[in-house]
Amino acid sequence: MSLTISRAFVDAIVAQSRAEYPDECCGAILGPVGSGTPTRLLPMINAAHSPTFYEFDPKDLLALYREVDDNDEEIVVIYHSHTETEAYPSRTDIAYAGEPGAHYVLVSSRKEIAPAIEFRSYRIIDGVVTEEEVSITE
Amino acid sequence: MSIEVRIPTILRPFTKDQKAVVATGSTLTSLITDLDQQYPGIGDRLLENGALRRFINIYVNDEDVRFLGSLEAPIKDGDSVTILPAVAGG
Repeated sequence: MSLTISRAFVDAIVAQSRAEYPDECCGAILGPVGSGTPTRLLPMINAAHSPTFYEFDPKDLLALYREVDDNDEEIVVIYHSHTETEAYPSRTDIAYAGEPGAHYVLVSSRKEIAPAIEFRSYRIIDGVVTEEEVSITE
Repeated sequence: MSIEVRIPTILRPFTKDQKAVVATGSTLTSLITDLDQQYPGIGDRLLENGALRRFINIYVNDEDVRFLGSLEAPIKDGDSVTILPAVAGG
């Protein structure tokens, strides 16, 4: 398993995580159903407005799934940032992971590694986390 | 009375992979009871200690049931119910 993602999306997610610091940022990347290819980035509002938690607003969540259905798309990537810890799924990330088909992307903008950013991807299925390789296309 | 209920990917193992199923009920509670009779175990994934699980969102048509009385939310013939797990974490 691996995630292939464009440099533009990586840069946009990193920029969003910096803009929303110290809160966690979140969003999704959609792609044509069955393709597994992320083609459309949708930054989402973190309804929790928190440095330690994120949640898509329930109303936005419904709109997102309607849009995905109407456009024959699927959610290829679900991403969020960690602002103080490494880019590895937390216990709550694992407990609430509800999309077995999605790549869960985490970025970490924690101070110790600045100005570098960690950008990592995982599958989270039935409570089991599997890290996967990330290939960035230019 | 029949209500279409849209099932998220993560709960489809309970519904033999069906994306949408039909259930009956005049409130969300009775609808979930009916769903659980048809698809045993699904109720437990929606409720915890008799209340709606915090990280499960259920909508009647376009409205989050938390604004419609939660489990007491009224449901009528022709309504569409959508279940979505929250996208959330820490």
